[in-house]
Amino acid sequence: MIMSGWDARGPKSLMPLLLAAPLLAFMLAFYALPVVTMLMRSVSDPVWSLSHYAALPDDTVFQKVFWNTLYTSVIVTVGTLLLGYPVALALVRARRWAPLILILILLPFWTSVLVRSYAWMVLMGRHGLINEALLAAGLLEQPLRILNTPLATQIAMVHILLPYMILPIANALRQIDPSLARAASGLGATPWRTFRQVVLPLSMPGVAAGVLLVFVLALGFYITPAMVGGPREITLSMLIAQQVDQLNWGYAATLSAVLLTTALAIIAACYRLPGISNAFRMNTR
Amino acid sequence: MAGAGRGAAVSLTGLEKSYDRVAAVAGVSLDIRSGEFLTLLGPSGSGKTTTLMMIAGFEMPTAGDIAIDAKSVVAMPPYRRNIGMVFQNYALFPHLTVAENIGFPLKQRGVAKAERAKLVGEALELVHLPGYGERYPRQLSGGQQQRVALARAIVFKPRLLLMDEPLGALDKQLRENLQLEMRRLHADLGITFIYVTHDQEEALTMSDRIAVMNEGLVAQVGRPEDLYDRPSSRFVAGFIGESNFLPAIVRGIEDDVVVAECDGALLRALCPGRPATGEKVMLTTRPERLRFTDGAWSSNAPQNRLSVTVTEAVFAGERCRYMLLANDGTAMVLKEPSSAAIRRRAVGEQAEIAWSVADTILV
Amino acid sequence: MTAARLLPATVVGLILLFLAFPIVVVVVVSFSSATYLTFPPPAFGLRWYSAYFGSEDWLRPTWLSLWVAAATVVLATLLGTLAALGIARLPRALRVVAAGLILSPLIVPVIVVAIGIYYAFSRYGLVGSPIGLVLAHTCLAVPFVVTSVSASLAGIDPRLEQAALSLGATPGGTFFQVTLPLIRPGVLVGALFAFITSFDELVVALFLSGSGAVTLPRRMWDDLRFQIDPTIAAVSTLTIVLTVLLMGCAHLLRKRAERMRTA
Repeated sequence: MIMSGWDARGPKSLMPLLLAAPLLAFMLAFYALPVVTMLMRSVSDPVWSLSHYAALPDDTVFQKVFWNTLYTSVIVTVGTLLLGYPVALALVRARRWAPLILILILLPFWTSVLVRSYAWMVLMGRHGLINEALLAAGLLEQPLRILNTPLATQIAMVHILLPYMILPIANALRQIDPSLARAASGLGATPWRTFRQVVLPLSMPGVAAGVLLVFVLALGFYITPAMVGGPREITLSMLIAQQVDQLNWGYAATLSAVLLTTALAIIAACYRLPGISNAFRMNTR
Repeated sequence: MAGAGRGAAVSLTGLEKSYDRVAAVAGVSLDIRSGEFLTLLGPSGSGKTTTLMMIAGFEMPTAGDIAIDAKSVVAMPPYRRNIGMVFQNYALFPHLTVAENIGFPLKQRGVAKAERAKLVGEALELVHLPGYGERYPRQLSGGQQQRVALARAIVFKPRLLLMDEPLGALDKQLRENLQLEMRRLHADLGITFIYVTHDQEEALTMSDRIAVMNEGLVAQVGRPEDLYDRPSSRFVAGFIGESNFLPAIVRGIEDDVVVAECDGALLRALCPGRPATGEKVMLTTRPERLRFTDGAWSSNAPQNRLSVTVTEAVFAGERCRYMLLANDGTAMVLKEPSSAAIRRRAVGEQAEIAWSVADTILV
Repeated sequence: MTAARLLPATVVGLILLFLAFPIVVVVVVSFSSATYLTFPPPAFGLRWYSAYFGSEDWLRPTWLSLWVAAATVVLATLLGTLAALGIARLPRALRVVAAGLILSPLIVPVIVVAIGIYYAFSRYGLVGSPIGLVLAHTCLAVPFVVTSVSASLAGIDPRLEQAALSLGATPGGTFFQVTLPLIRPGVLVGALFAFITSFDELVVALFLSGSGAVTLPRRMWDDLRFQIDPTIAAVSTLTIVLTVLLMGCAHLLRKRAERMRTA
């Protein structure tokens, strides 16, 4: 940084630190310390011990909820990947349609999760569009129960998380040098081959970023499963909220720690993969 | 040189700059005269830009002093040094119009709006861009942007103007036009110009004096013709223009001329020092100073002669280039004007070449 | 369009339909005249919009959400812009730590953040208070401001600041005359994101709203738990319009800043 040289008073100015300090202090006070203090309840409530954690393996409720959450996240990630990759390709390749496609992706992306979940309630309800359409087409005799099932959660979550998969993949695709595909084609590769052996591998950093992002977000989802999910399939975040309502802070803190650790562990494990550190890096000089 | 009093005299004394024990500038001492056009010339990494940045105040020297008009400025921040500066990529403020860009230094100095507008108008006239005031930098071509950058750097009448490879991003034709404009601007303003470039042709064209830099030190400083005709080191001889290097062994000294044996022939060269007999030395001469002896050219001055074989003949527009091979394997280059009256040599042809002793230097 | 392209195009078209359709459904339902939630609606009207605009029960949370969002914008933009300016010039180690803390709300599951803040705030009487919401929302919004301003900063040619200094501008003068105008788009985009983040925020509000500071999303949520009222469709449509307007502006601002930068 240019200022480092001429300041005759000292080697490095304190100014940058002074500028960042207010926000850092603010976030420590109103965010970091509260969260950490809460998490400490997992080992300090009612006495200092690791008993909450020790009890987890035998906790059937927790086990069921935890694995259900993981399972849902996996399904949703796979779903968004399968649906998202073609759209990303179209966004990058179809020049003429790109603005329209972008709008169709961004519009739901900009809408709040609450509104989108509500939209699915409208669609999947007993008198919702899906049932009405199927009834009218004569494919059903009675309305199906779609809402309040695991399937409903998965569909709604795929819908909400789809843009988070499409955008990183599109980004990676956009950065592939177009002359590579032309070179492959000139060397005799069919379009499918070119895609499989040139484009697909080079898009992997974007795929990795999208998969990681969607999976971690899906782990922590609360609103959507609560609104459209079944009463018997709850996610970890829903369980945490329940426990807080019942003032079981120790247990709630333990569950929170598990959720947070799972998310962080997955990020840390994938951090070395190409493209991931790009997704998290902040632009600085 | 016009108005010697209008330009600042700059004195660099023992200037050093190190980063983590790597010396970018290793001891530069230079006196830049008031009103002169001095170029810092050198390859990348020679320390020329770092030196310029220290004069401007963006880098703090690790040792040494910088004095402008006999006053040390090392402790002064850049915004108080009152020096004009032009950067390679112009550094025009994209959010301001051309007029606002040029008026910027005047605004910092508290010049009133009306006066500002007048001075900005004059500056635009000076760089041949009248009426461009309301445009934005992104609407201008590279050459126009560079002229605005120049106008901005001189509008507040500094006594010193620093330029960091300002023409590097432009194409050849534009560069040559702007070089002439800068030369003219220098003559009109009469202030001191310090110019940094790696292009030796540019330096030779524009400068009053050139300081050739290499590895953080000044290799030689002098007028363009002095550096060209009398390079003091192998580096300078090789960096400025093209040179032929002839390894030879000293056989004797006569006055200021050394006699050395090269490829069986006795050659004479100008030499500043007193090398010992038997010492291995390098003689150097410029390709365009060589002539084929059977050509239509003669001279009364003392000559060196050598027998060679033509290995390559290249027609390059205004000149013909010949690659020659002496009997001891030394490669040489000869350049002569390409005219229909001069016979083109063929590859493999044996020939004798000659050139003035006065054009031969021992480095 | 060749046959080979038709299949992929159809597939992509269907997926895009899948993306856009639910939003369209909500908008259409909001104009329905029926009392129950059904699609397609039997008749159209503005009934649910008048229900919304006529009900204090809906307007109060709307005002609260707007105020909280506005306060969040001011606080987050101020703190975030200063922090972005500082972080850019910190030595690498400190920068990573600072950035890590500031960006962590994007990674930490929001339920953990929500109950952590609830845990601490309930001790200081900040539950059921708009101030508590503002403080919490600022922490959630700041990552967007910092990211946006940092991106803007990184796009500024460092030579511009040198040029300003060489022309006689003090460091302070350089900041106000050169740096600030050039990061303004980044600040504005960050501010818009901060507003939307706060206005749409639900999970933290579920815990912090209490009964004294019910935000619009919280009100909608309560409504959905206890009854299915198409008024929500109207409210949703209005928030969709608001969000799209603001995000659209942010998008355009970014494009304009890009254009201005490239010479």
